[in-house]
Amino acid sequence: MKLPIYMDNHATTPVDPRVFKAMIPYFTDTFGNAASRNHSFGWVAEDAVEKARKQVAELIGATAKEIVFTSGATESDNLALKGVAEMYAEKGNHIITAATEHKAILDTCKRLEKEGYKVTYLPVETNGLVDLDKLRAAMTDKTILVSIMYANNEIGVLQPVAEISKIAKERGALFHTDATQAIGKVPVDVIKDGIDLASISAHKMYGPKGVGALYVRRRNPRVQLTAQMDGGGHERGMRSGTLNVPGIVGLGEACAIAKAEMSEEIKRMSYLRDKLKARLMSSLDEVYINGTMEHRLPNNLNISFAYVEGESLLMGINEIAVSSGSACTSATLEPSYVLKALGAGDDLAHSSIRFGLGRFNTEEEVDYVAAKVIDVVQKLRELSPLYEMHKEGIDLTKVQWTAH
Amino acid sequence: MAYSDKVLDHYNNPRNVGSFDKKDPNVGTGMVGAPECGDVMKLQVKVNPATGIIEDAKFKTFGCGSAIASSSLATEWLRGKTVDEALAIKNTDIVNELSLPPVKIHCSVLAEDAIKAAIDDYKKKSENVGVESKAHA
Repeated sequence: MKLPIYMDNHATTPVDPRVFKAMIPYFTDTFGNAASRNHSFGWVAEDAVEKARKQVAELIGATAKEIVFTSGATESDNLALKGVAEMYAEKGNHIITAATEHKAILDTCKRLEKEGYKVTYLPVETNGLVDLDKLRAAMTDKTILVSIMYANNEIGVLQPVAEISKIAKERGALFHTDATQAIGKVPVDVIKDGIDLASISAHKMYGPKGVGALYVRRRNPRVQLTAQMDGGGHERGMRSGTLNVPGIVGLGEACAIAKAEMSEEIKRMSYLRDKLKARLMSSLDEVYINGTMEHRLPNNLNISFAYVEGESLLMGINEIAVSSGSACTSATLEPSYVLKALGAGDDLAHSSIRFGLGRFNTEEEVDYVAAKVIDVVQKLRELSPLYEMHKEGIDLTKVQWTAH
Repeated sequence: MAYSDKVLDHYNNPRNVGSFDKKDPNVGTGMVGAPECGDVMKLQVKVNPATGIIEDAKFKTFGCGSAIASSSLATEWLRGKTVDEALAIKNTDIVNELSLPPVKIHCSVLAEDAIKAAIDDYKKKSENVGVESKAHA
Protein backbone atom coordinates (compact mmCIF):
# COMPACT_ATOMS: atom_id res chain seq x y z
CA MET A 1 0.00 0.00 0.00
CA LYS A 2 1.28 3.46 -0.95
CA LEU A 3 0.82 6.72 0.91
CA PRO A 4 -0.79 9.20 0.52
CA ILE A 5 -4.18 7.56 -0.04
CA TYR A 6 -6.64 9.34 -2.30
CA MET A 7 -10.22 9.12 -1.03
CA ASP A 8 -11.66 12.36 -2.42
CA ASN A 9 -13.21 10.99 -5.61
CA HIS A 10 -16.13 13.46 -5.54
CA ALA A 11 -13.62 16.24 -6.16
CA THR A 12 -11.99 14.50 -9.08
CA THR A 13 -10.86 11.05 -10.16
CA PRO A 14 -7.65 9.88 -11.78
CA VAL A 15 -7.87 9.12 -15.49
CA ASP A 16 -8.30 5.39 -16.00
CA PRO A 17 -5.20 4.09 -17.87
CA ARG A 18 -7.53 2.59 -20.49
CA VAL A 19 -9.07 6.01 -21.06
CA PHE A 20 -5.66 7.64 -21.29
CA LYS A 21 -4.53 5.06 -23.84
CA ALA A 22 -7.57 5.73 -26.02
CA MET A 23 -6.85 9.48 -25.96
CA ILE A 24 -3.15 9.43 -26.83
CA PRO A 25 -3.32 9.21 -30.66
CA TYR A 26 -5.62 12.22 -30.83
CA PHE A 27 -2.95 14.56 -29.50
CA THR A 28 -0.30 13.76 -32.08
CA ASP A 29 -0.97 11.37 -34.96
CA THR A 30 -4.65 12.03 -35.56
CA PHE A 31 -4.81 15.62 -34.45
CA GLY A 32 -7.35 16.89 -36.97
CA ASN A 33 -10.09 19.43 -36.41
CA ALA A 34 -13.40 17.57 -36.31
CA ALA A 35 -14.94 20.45 -38.27
CA SER A 36 -12.54 20.05 -41.21
CA ARG A 37 -14.81 18.49 -43.78
CA ASN A 38 -12.45 18.37 -46.73
CA HIS A 39 -9.59 16.05 -45.71
CA SER A 40 -8.92 12.81 -43.91
CA PHE A 41 -7.44 14.46 -40.80
CA GLY A 42 -10.81 16.07 -40.16
CA TRP A 43 -12.77 12.93 -40.99
CA VAL A 44 -10.76 10.79 -38.57
CA ALA A 45 -11.32 13.32 -35.79
CA GLU A 46 -15.01 13.57 -36.62
CA ASP A 47 -15.39 9.78 -36.56
CA ALA A 48 -13.75 9.67 -33.13
CA VAL A 49 -16.06 12.38 -31.82
CA GLU A 50 -19.14 10.63 -33.18
CA LYS A 51 -18.07 7.32 -31.64
CA ALA A 52 -17.66 9.09 -28.28
CA ARG A 53 -21.03 10.79 -28.67
CA LYS A 54 -22.60 7.35 -29.08
CA GLN A 55 -20.73 5.99 -26.04
CA VAL A 56 -21.96 8.86 -23.85
CA ALA A 57 -25.52 8.48 -25.15
CA GLU A 58 -25.55 4.71 -24.54
CA LEU A 59 -24.58 5.13 -20.90
CA ILE A 60 -27.69 7.20 -20.18
CA GLY A 61 -30.23 5.73 -22.61
CA ALA A 62 -30.10 8.70 -24.98
CA THR A 63 -29.43 9.00 -28.71
CA ALA A 64 -26.15 10.38 -30.02
CA LYS A 65 -27.75 13.51 -31.46
CA GLU A 66 -28.91 14.50 -27.98
CA ILE A 67 -25.34 14.91 -26.65
CA VAL A 68 -23.69 18.36 -26.77
CA PHE A 69 -20.02 18.40 -25.80
CA THR A 70 -18.85 21.15 -23.43
CA SER A 71 -15.83 21.99 -21.29
CA GLY A 72 -17.35 20.37 -18.21
CA ALA A 73 -20.38 20.22 -15.98
CA THR A 74 -20.16 23.86 -14.89
CA GLU A 75 -20.50 24.95 -18.50
CA SER A 76 -23.27 22.39 -19.03
CA ASP A 77 -25.18 23.76 -16.03
CA ASN A 78 -24.76 27.32 -17.30
CA LEU A 79 -25.87 26.37 -20.81
CA ALA A 80 -28.90 24.44 -19.56
CA LEU A 81 -30.16 27.13 -17.19
CA LYS A 82 -29.33 30.25 -19.15
CA GLY A 83 -30.13 28.60 -22.47
CA VAL A 84 -33.60 27.48 -21.35
CA ALA A 85 -34.32 30.73 -19.50
CA GLU A 86 -33.55 32.78 -22.60
CA MET A 87 -35.32 30.48 -25.07
CA TYR A 88 -38.51 30.12 -23.02
CA ALA A 89 -38.66 33.66 -21.62
CA GLU A 90 -41.97 34.33 -23.33
CA LYS A 91 -43.53 31.28 -21.70
CA GLY A 92 -42.49 32.15 -18.17
CA ASN A 93 -39.79 33.50 -15.89
CA HIS A 94 -39.77 31.08 -12.95
CA ILE A 95 -37.13 28.45 -12.15
CA ILE A 96 -37.16 26.00 -9.24
CA THR A 97 -33.99 24.52 -7.78
CA ALA A 98 -32.79 23.33 -4.36
CA ALA A 99 -30.67 24.83 -1.58
CA THR A 100 -28.14 22.00 -1.73
CA GLU A 101 -27.26 22.32 -5.42
CA HIS A 102 -23.70 22.84 -6.60
CA LYS A 103 -22.53 26.46 -6.93
CA ALA A 104 -22.59 26.06 -10.72
CA ILE A 105 -26.38 25.93 -10.42
CA LEU A 106 -26.86 28.33 -7.49
CA ASP A 107 -24.65 31.08 -8.86
CA THR A 108 -26.16 30.74 -12.33
CA CYS A 109 -29.60 31.12 -10.75
CA LYS A 110 -28.43 34.23 -8.89
CA ARG A 111 -27.27 35.68 -12.20
CA LEU A 112 -30.68 34.94 -13.73
CA GLU A 113 -32.40 36.59 -10.76
CA LYS A 114 -30.43 39.77 -11.46
CA GLU A 115 -31.73 39.61 -15.01
CA GLY A 116 -35.32 39.52 -13.76
CA TYR A 117 -36.09 35.81 -13.47
CA LYS A 118 -37.73 34.44 -10.31
CA VAL A 119 -35.99 31.52 -8.63
CA THR A 120 -37.34 29.29 -5.85
CA TYR A 121 -34.68 27.53 -3.77
CA LEU A 122 -36.42 24.53 -2.24
CA PRO A 123 -35.24 23.54 1.23
CA VAL A 124 -34.32 19.89 1.83
CA GLU A 125 -35.43 17.59 4.61
CA THR A 126 -32.99 16.40 7.30
CA ASN A 127 -32.23 13.38 5.09
CA GLY A 128 -31.04 15.71 2.32
CA LEU A 129 -33.93 15.03 -0.05
CA VAL A 130 -36.38 17.44 -1.61
CA ASP A 131 -39.96 17.19 -0.31
CA LEU A 132 -42.15 16.50 -3.36
CA ASP A 133 -45.13 18.29 -1.82
CA LYS A 134 -43.03 21.42 -1.40
CA LEU A 135 -42.01 21.13 -5.05
CA ARG A 136 -45.67 20.78 -6.10
CA ALA A 137 -46.58 23.81 -4.03
CA ALA A 138 -43.79 25.88 -5.58
CA MET A 139 -44.83 25.17 -9.19
CA THR A 140 -46.65 28.00 -10.97
CA ASP A 141 -47.91 28.60 -14.51
CA LYS A 142 -44.78 30.68 -15.02
CA THR A 143 -42.41 27.84 -14.09
CA ILE A 144 -40.31 26.98 -17.14
CA LEU A 145 -37.60 24.84 -15.55
CA VAL A 146 -37.02 22.62 -12.53
CA SER A 147 -33.32 21.89 -11.90
CA ILE A 148 -32.54 19.34 -9.19
CA MET A 149 -29.26 17.45 -8.97
CA TYR A 150 -29.21 13.68 -9.36
CA ALA A 151 -26.63 13.00 -6.62
CA ASN A 152 -25.24 15.50 -4.16
CA ASN A 153 -21.51 16.15 -4.32
CA GLU A 154 -21.06 16.39 -0.54
CA ILE A 155 -23.47 13.92 1.01
CA GLY A 156 -24.08 11.69 -2.02
CA VAL A 157 -27.86 11.52 -1.57
CA LEU A 158 -29.86 10.59 -4.67
CA GLN A 159 -32.87 12.81 -5.28
CA PRO A 160 -36.12 11.19 -6.47
CA VAL A 161 -35.58 12.49 -10.01
CA ALA A 162 -38.27 10.36 -11.68
CA GLU A 163 -40.93 11.78 -9.33
CA ILE A 164 -39.52 15.28 -9.65
CA SER A 165 -39.61 15.18 -13.46
CA LYS A 166 -43.19 13.93 -13.37
CA ILE A 167 -44.25 16.90 -11.25
CA ALA A 168 -42.39 19.31 -13.55
CA LYS A 169 -44.07 17.84 -16.62
CA GLU A 170 -47.57 17.97 -15.16
CA ARG A 171 -47.17 21.73 -15.15
CA GLY A 172 -45.46 21.97 -18.52
CA ALA A 173 -41.99 22.76 -17.17
CA LEU A 174 -38.71 21.22 -18.34
CA PHE A 175 -36.56 19.15 -16.00
CA HIS A 176 -32.78 19.57 -15.82
CA THR A 177 -30.52 17.54 -13.56
CA ASP A 178 -26.89 18.14 -12.67
CA ALA A 179 -25.91 14.48 -12.88
CA THR A 180 -22.16 15.07 -12.50
CA GLN A 181 -21.76 12.79 -9.49
CA ALA A 182 -24.28 10.17 -10.59
CA ILE A 183 -23.48 9.34 -14.20
CA GLY A 184 -21.06 6.46 -14.38
CA LYS A 185 -21.66 5.61 -10.70
CA VAL A 186 -25.32 4.59 -10.65
CA PRO A 187 -27.73 3.76 -13.49
CA VAL A 188 -29.10 6.95 -15.04
CA ASP A 189 -31.73 6.57 -17.76
CA VAL A 190 -33.05 9.74 -19.36
CA ILE A 191 -36.22 7.97 -20.50
CA LYS A 192 -37.13 6.21 -17.23
CA ASP A 193 -36.10 9.23 -15.19
CA GLY A 194 -37.94 11.69 -17.45
CA ILE A 195 -34.89 13.92 -17.83
CA ASP A 196 -34.97 16.73 -20.40
CA LEU A 197 -31.45 18.06 -19.79
CA ALA A 198 -28.55 16.49 -17.89
CA SER A 199 -25.07 17.81 -17.10
CA ILE A 200 -22.18 15.37 -17.41
CA SER A 201 -18.53 15.66 -16.41
CA ALA A 202 -15.66 13.41 -17.54
CA HIS A 203 -13.24 13.92 -14.66
CA LYS A 204 -15.65 12.60 -12.03
CA MET A 205 -15.81 9.26 -13.83
CA TYR A 206 -12.15 8.49 -14.57
CA GLY A 207 -12.01 10.67 -17.67
CA PRO A 208 -9.94 13.81 -18.25
CA LYS A 209 -10.58 17.27 -16.81
CA GLY A 210 -11.87 20.02 -19.07
CA VAL A 211 -14.52 18.05 -20.93
CA GLY A 212 -18.16 17.29 -20.28
CA ALA A 213 -21.49 17.17 -22.02
CA LEU A 214 -25.06 18.32 -21.83
CA TYR A 215 -27.82 15.92 -22.72
CA VAL A 216 -30.56 17.84 -24.55
CA ARG A 217 -33.77 15.88 -25.27
CA ARG A 218 -34.89 15.87 -28.92
CA ARG A 219 -38.32 14.21 -28.66
CA ASN A 220 -41.25 14.48 -26.25
CA PRO A 221 -40.53 17.33 -25.86
CA ARG A 222 -37.91 18.75 -28.22
CA VAL A 223 -35.87 21.00 -25.95
CA GLN A 224 -34.49 24.18 -27.45
CA LEU A 225 -31.65 26.26 -26.09
CA THR A 226 -30.26 29.69 -26.78
CA ALA A 227 -26.52 29.22 -27.28
CA GLN A 228 -24.32 30.90 -24.69
CA MET A 229 -21.15 30.64 -26.77
CA ASP A 230 -21.30 32.17 -30.23
CA GLY A 231 -19.00 31.28 -33.08
CA GLY A 232 -18.65 28.62 -35.73
CA GLY A 233 -21.92 26.88 -34.97
CA HIS A 234 -20.45 23.62 -33.67
CA GLU A 235 -22.62 21.12 -31.79
CA ARG A 236 -25.74 21.92 -33.81
CA GLY A 237 -25.33 25.58 -33.00
CA MET A 238 -25.71 25.01 -29.25
CA ARG A 239 -22.05 25.32 -28.35
CA SER A 240 -19.51 26.88 -30.67
CA GLY A 241 -15.82 26.24 -30.29
CA THR A 242 -13.39 23.73 -31.81
CA LEU A 243 -14.07 20.35 -30.29
CA ASN A 244 -11.62 19.01 -27.70
CA VAL A 245 -11.14 15.78 -29.62
CA PRO A 246 -8.78 13.92 -27.22
CA GLY A 247 -10.90 14.98 -24.25
CA ILE A 248 -14.11 13.89 -25.95
CA VAL A 249 -12.55 10.54 -26.87
CA GLY A 250 -11.59 10.18 -23.20
CA LEU A 251 -15.12 11.00 -22.03
CA GLY A 252 -16.54 8.44 -24.47
CA GLU A 253 -14.15 5.73 -23.34
CA ALA A 254 -14.85 6.54 -19.66
CA CYS A 255 -18.58 6.13 -20.35
CA ALA A 256 -18.07 2.82 -22.16
CA ILE A 257 -16.01 1.43 -19.26
CA ALA A 258 -18.53 2.71 -16.70
CA LYS A 259 -21.38 1.03 -18.57
CA ALA A 260 -19.55 -2.29 -18.82
CA GLU A 261 -18.36 -2.37 -15.20
CA MET A 262 -21.04 -0.48 -13.30
CA SER A 263 -22.90 -3.37 -11.70
CA GLU A 264 -19.65 -4.88 -10.35
CA GLU A 265 -18.33 -1.51 -9.26
CA ILE A 266 -21.51 -0.65 -7.36
CA LYS A 267 -21.14 -3.87 -5.38
CA ARG A 268 -17.47 -3.24 -4.64
CA MET A 269 -17.96 0.41 -3.66
CA SER A 270 -20.91 -0.42 -1.39
CA TYR A 271 -18.89 -3.15 0.32
CA LEU A 272 -15.88 -0.88 0.97
CA ARG A 273 -18.02 2.09 2.01
CA ASP A 274 -20.13 0.00 4.37
CA LYS A 275 -17.02 -1.53 5.88
CA LEU A 276 -15.53 1.92 6.50
CA LYS A 277 -18.78 3.10 8.06
CA ALA A 278 -19.09 0.01 10.27
CA ARG A 279 -15.51 0.30 11.51
CA LEU A 280 -15.85 3.99 12.38
CA MET A 281 -19.23 3.62 14.05
CA SER A 282 -18.33 0.57 16.12
CA SER A 283 -15.12 2.15 17.50
CA LEU A 284 -16.30 5.72 18.13
CA ASP A 285 -19.28 7.20 19.94
CA GLU A 286 -21.07 10.41 18.91
CA VAL A 287 -20.65 9.85 15.19
CA TYR A 288 -23.40 11.04 12.85
CA ILE A 289 -24.05 10.21 9.19
CA ASN A 290 -25.07 13.25 7.13
CA GLY A 291 -27.90 12.51 4.71
CA THR A 292 -29.89 9.36 4.15
CA MET A 293 -28.03 6.06 3.71
CA GLU A 294 -31.05 4.62 1.91
CA HIS A 295 -30.80 6.71 -1.27
CA ARG A 296 -27.12 7.36 -1.73
CA LEU A 297 -24.17 6.93 -4.06
CA PRO A 298 -22.39 3.65 -3.23
CA ASN A 299 -19.02 5.41 -2.90
CA ASN A 300 -20.01 8.25 -0.56
CA LEU A 301 -19.76 8.52 3.20
CA ASN A 302 -20.25 11.90 4.87
CA ILE A 303 -19.87 11.67 8.58
CA SER A 304 -19.58 14.07 11.51
CA PHE A 305 -17.33 13.26 14.44
CA ALA A 306 -18.97 15.37 17.13
CA TYR A 307 -16.72 17.54 19.33
CA VAL A 308 -13.82 17.32 16.85
CA GLU A 309 -13.17 20.15 14.38
CA GLY A 310 -12.80 19.01 10.79
CA GLU A 311 -9.62 20.80 9.80
CA SER A 312 -7.75 19.58 12.85
CA LEU A 313 -8.85 16.06 11.95
CA LEU A 314 -7.59 16.49 8.38
CA MET A 315 -4.28 17.68 9.81
CA GLY A 316 -3.96 14.48 11.81
CA ILE A 317 -4.73 12.26 8.85
CA ASN A 318 -2.57 14.20 6.43
CA GLU A 319 -1.60 11.08 4.49
CA ILE A 320 -5.25 10.62 3.52
CA ALA A 321 -6.89 12.93 1.01
CA VAL A 322 -10.50 13.61 2.02
CA SER A 323 -12.63 16.77 2.40
CA SER A 324 -14.30 18.51 5.32
CA GLY A 325 -17.35 20.75 5.57
CA SER A 326 -15.53 22.75 8.21
CA ALA A 327 -15.30 26.48 7.63
CA CYS A 328 -11.57 26.38 8.21
CA THR A 329 -11.07 24.31 5.08
CA SER A 330 -13.04 26.62 2.82
CA ALA A 331 -12.05 29.96 1.37
CA THR A 332 -15.22 31.59 2.66
CA LEU A 333 -14.82 30.78 6.38
CA GLU A 334 -18.41 29.50 6.30
CA PRO A 335 -19.17 25.86 7.05
CA SER A 336 -20.74 23.74 4.32
CA TYR A 337 -24.05 25.23 3.14
CA VAL A 338 -25.18 21.73 2.17
CA LEU A 339 -24.82 20.43 5.72
CA LYS A 340 -26.40 23.61 7.10
CA ALA A 341 -29.37 23.00 4.81
CA LEU A 342 -29.93 19.62 6.51
CA GLY A 343 -30.51 21.55 9.73
CA ALA A 344 -27.97 19.50 11.65
CA GLY A 345 -26.40 22.60 13.17
CA ASP A 346 -23.19 24.39 12.31
CA ASP A 347 -21.25 22.48 14.95
CA LEU A 348 -21.79 19.19 13.12
CA ALA A 349 -20.90 20.83 9.80
CA HIS A 350 -17.57 21.88 11.32
CA SER A 351 -16.98 18.27 12.38
CA SER A 352 -17.78 16.62 9.06
CA ILE A 353 -15.57 14.56 6.78
CA ARG A 354 -16.48 13.47 3.26
CA PHE A 355 -15.04 10.16 2.13
CA GLY A 356 -15.31 9.62 -1.63
CA LEU A 357 -14.26 6.11 -2.57
CA GLY A 358 -13.17 5.31 -6.08
CA ARG A 359 -12.33 2.63 -8.59
CA PHE A 360 -8.70 2.44 -7.47
CA ASN A 361 -9.19 2.24 -3.70
CA THR A 362 -8.38 -1.10 -2.10
CA GLU A 363 -9.71 -2.85 0.98
CA GLU A 364 -6.28 -2.47 2.58
CA GLU A 365 -6.56 1.30 2.14
CA VAL A 366 -10.02 1.32 3.70
CA ASP A 367 -8.71 -0.59 6.72
CA TYR A 368 -5.79 1.82 7.08
CA VAL A 369 -8.04 4.88 6.77
CA ALA A 370 -10.52 3.56 9.34
CA ALA A 371 -7.77 2.82 11.88
CA LYS A 372 -6.07 6.18 11.34
CA VAL A 373 -9.29 8.20 11.61
CA ILE A 374 -10.32 6.39 14.79
CA ASP A 375 -6.91 7.06 16.34
CA VAL A 376 -6.88 10.77 15.49
CA VAL A 377 -10.51 11.35 16.54
CA GLN A 378 -9.74 9.78 19.92
CA LYS A 379 -6.65 11.97 20.36
CA LEU A 380 -8.52 15.13 19.43
CA ARG A 381 -11.37 14.30 21.77
CA GLU A 382 -8.83 14.12 24.60
CA LEU A 383 -8.08 17.71 23.62
CA SER A 384 -11.70 18.78 23.19
CA PRO A 385 -13.40 20.83 25.93
CA LEU A 386 -16.72 20.00 24.26
CA TYR A 387 -16.20 16.25 24.54
CA GLU A 388 -15.26 16.73 28.19
CA MET A 389 -18.45 18.70 28.82
CA HIS A 390 -20.49 16.12 26.95
CA LYS A 391 -19.00 13.38 29.16
CA GLU A 392 -19.88 15.45 32.24
CA GLY A 393 -23.49 15.43 31.04
CA ILE A 394 -23.66 19.09 30.10
CA ASP A 395 -26.16 19.96 27.36
CA LEU A 396 -24.03 22.00 24.95
CA THR A 397 -27.08 23.56 23.32
CA LYS A 398 -27.93 25.26 26.65
CA VAL A 399 -24.48 26.75 27.24
CA GLN A 400 -24.10 30.52 26.87
CA TRP A 401 -21.22 30.74 24.37
CA THR A 402 -19.16 33.83 23.78
CA ALA A 403 -19.51 34.10 20.02
CA HIS A 404 -16.73 35.99 18.31
CA MET B 1 -2.77 25.15 3.34
CA ALA B 2 0.75 24.71 4.60
CA TYR B 3 1.28 24.87 8.36
CA SER B 4 4.37 26.32 9.98
CA ASP B 5 6.71 23.90 11.75
CA LYS B 6 5.78 25.42 15.11
CA VAL B 7 2.05 24.93 14.51
CA LEU B 8 2.71 21.32 13.51
CA ASP B 9 4.87 20.80 16.59
CA HIS B 10 2.17 22.09 18.96
CA TYR B 11 -0.50 20.10 17.10
CA ASN B 12 1.52 16.87 17.26
CA ASN B 13 2.80 17.42 20.82
CA PRO B 14 0.31 19.71 22.54
CA ARG B 15 1.69 21.08 25.85
CA ASN B 16 -0.27 21.13 29.10
CA VAL B 17 -3.46 19.44 27.95
CA GLY B 18 -5.97 18.84 30.68
CA SER B 19 -8.23 20.40 33.27
CA PHE B 20 -8.05 21.71 36.82
CA ASP B 21 -10.93 21.65 39.26
CA LYS B 22 -12.94 24.76 38.35
CA LYS B 23 -14.05 25.17 41.96
CA ASP B 24 -10.50 25.48 43.29
CA PRO B 25 -10.27 29.13 44.48
CA ASN B 26 -6.73 29.36 43.07
CA VAL B 27 -7.88 28.30 39.58
CA GLY B 28 -9.14 30.73 36.96
CA THR B 29 -11.06 29.31 34.00
CA GLY B 30 -11.62 31.01 30.67
CA MET B 31 -13.85 29.48 28.02
CA VAL B 32 -14.22 31.39 24.77
CA GLY B 33 -15.62 30.75 21.31
CA ALA B 34 -18.65 28.76 20.22
CA PRO B 35 -19.13 25.32 18.64
CA GLU B 36 -21.06 26.77 15.69
CA CYS B 37 -18.10 29.04 14.93
CA GLY B 38 -15.77 26.06 14.87
CA ASP B 39 -13.56 27.05 17.81
CA VAL B 40 -13.93 26.69 21.56
CA MET B 41 -10.94 27.21 23.86
CA LYS B 42 -10.84 26.39 27.53
CA LEU B 43 -7.79 27.78 29.28
CA GLN B 44 -7.10 27.46 33.00
CA VAL B 45 -4.48 29.03 35.24
CA LYS B 46 -3.49 27.93 38.74
CA VAL B 47 -2.18 30.89 40.73
CA ASN B 48 -0.14 30.88 43.91
CA PRO B 49 -2.16 33.34 46.02
CA ALA B 50 0.89 34.31 48.08
CA THR B 51 3.09 35.32 45.14
CA GLY B 52 0.50 36.04 42.42
CA ILE B 53 2.51 33.82 40.07
CA ILE B 54 0.85 31.41 37.65
CA GLU B 55 2.32 28.09 38.69
CA ASP B 56 0.53 25.96 36.15
CA ALA B 57 -1.74 26.33 33.11
CA LYS B 58 -3.82 23.85 31.16
CA PHE B 59 -5.96 23.93 28.06
CA LYS B 60 -8.42 22.02 25.97
CA THR B 61 -9.37 23.25 22.50
CA PHE B 62 -11.95 22.35 19.89
CA GLY B 63 -10.73 23.99 16.73
CA CYS B 64 -8.33 23.89 13.83
CA GLY B 65 -4.63 23.13 14.18
CA SER B 66 -3.78 26.82 14.54
CA ALA B 67 -6.30 27.20 17.36
CA ILE B 68 -4.82 24.18 19.14
CA ALA B 69 -1.30 25.56 18.66
CA SER B 70 -2.27 29.06 19.86
CA SER B 71 -3.74 27.76 23.09
CA SER B 72 -0.93 25.25 23.65
CA LEU B 73 1.62 28.06 23.23
CA ALA B 74 -0.38 30.29 25.57
CA THR B 75 -0.15 27.73 28.38
CA GLU B 76 3.64 27.56 27.92
CA TRP B 77 3.94 31.32 28.13
CA LEU B 78 1.62 31.64 31.12
CA ARG B 79 3.59 29.36 33.43
CA GLY B 80 5.86 31.37 35.69
CA LYS B 81 4.32 34.74 34.80
CA THR B 82 2.54 36.99 37.27
CA VAL B 83 -1.12 37.67 36.65
CA ASP B 84 -0.30 41.16 35.38
CA GLU B 85 2.45 39.91 33.08
CA ALA B 86 -0.02 37.39 31.67
CA LEU B 87 -2.45 40.15 30.80
CA ALA B 88 0.28 41.78 28.71
CA ILE B 89 0.39 38.84 26.25
CA LYS B 90 -0.95 40.08 22.90
CA ASN B 91 -2.42 38.07 20.07
CA THR B 92 0.20 39.53 17.74
CA ASP B 93 2.90 37.85 19.85
CA ILE B 94 1.22 34.52 19.15
CA VAL B 95 0.84 35.33 15.44
CA ASN B 96 4.57 36.08 15.19
CA GLU B 97 5.72 33.08 17.21
CA LEU B 98 3.59 30.60 15.21
CA SER B 99 3.84 32.41 11.84
CA LEU B 100 0.04 32.33 11.49
CA PRO B 101 -1.35 33.36 8.10
CA PRO B 102 -3.99 36.16 7.98
CA VAL B 103 -6.93 33.71 7.87
CA LYS B 104 -5.77 32.24 11.19
CA ILE B 105 -5.34 35.49 13.11
CA HIS B 106 -8.71 34.91 14.79
CA CYS B 107 -7.17 31.84 16.49
CA SER B 108 -4.62 34.08 18.21
CA VAL B 109 -7.33 36.57 19.17
CA LEU B 110 -9.27 33.75 20.74
CA ALA B 111 -6.20 32.65 22.73
CA GLU B 112 -5.70 36.21 24.02
CA ASP B 113 -9.38 36.34 24.97
CA ALA B 114 -9.05 33.00 26.75
CA ILE B 115 -6.07 34.27 28.79
CA LYS B 116 -7.98 37.40 29.79
CA ALA B 117 -11.10 35.40 30.66
CA ALA B 118 -9.11 32.96 32.82
CA ILE B 119 -7.33 35.73 34.74
CA ASP B 120 -10.58 37.63 35.10
CA ASP B 121 -12.21 34.54 36.57
CA TYR B 122 -9.34 34.07 39.02
CA LYS B 123 -9.47 37.72 40.10
CA LYS B 124 -13.22 37.61 40.67
CA LYS B 125 -12.85 34.46 42.74
CA SER B 126 -10.06 35.90 44.92
CA GLU B 127 -12.02 39.13 45.46
CA ASN B 128 -15.05 37.09 46.52
CA VAL B 129 -12.88 35.08 48.89
CA GLY B 130 -11.70 38.38 50.36
CA VAL B 131 -15.26 39.68 50.74
CA GLU B 132 -16.41 36.47 52.34
CA SER B 133 -13.56 36.36 54.79
CA LYS B 134 -14.28 39.98 55.79
CA ALA B 135 -17.95 39.12 56.24
CA HIS B 136 -17.00 36.32 58.54
CA ALA B 137 -14.64 38.48 60.56
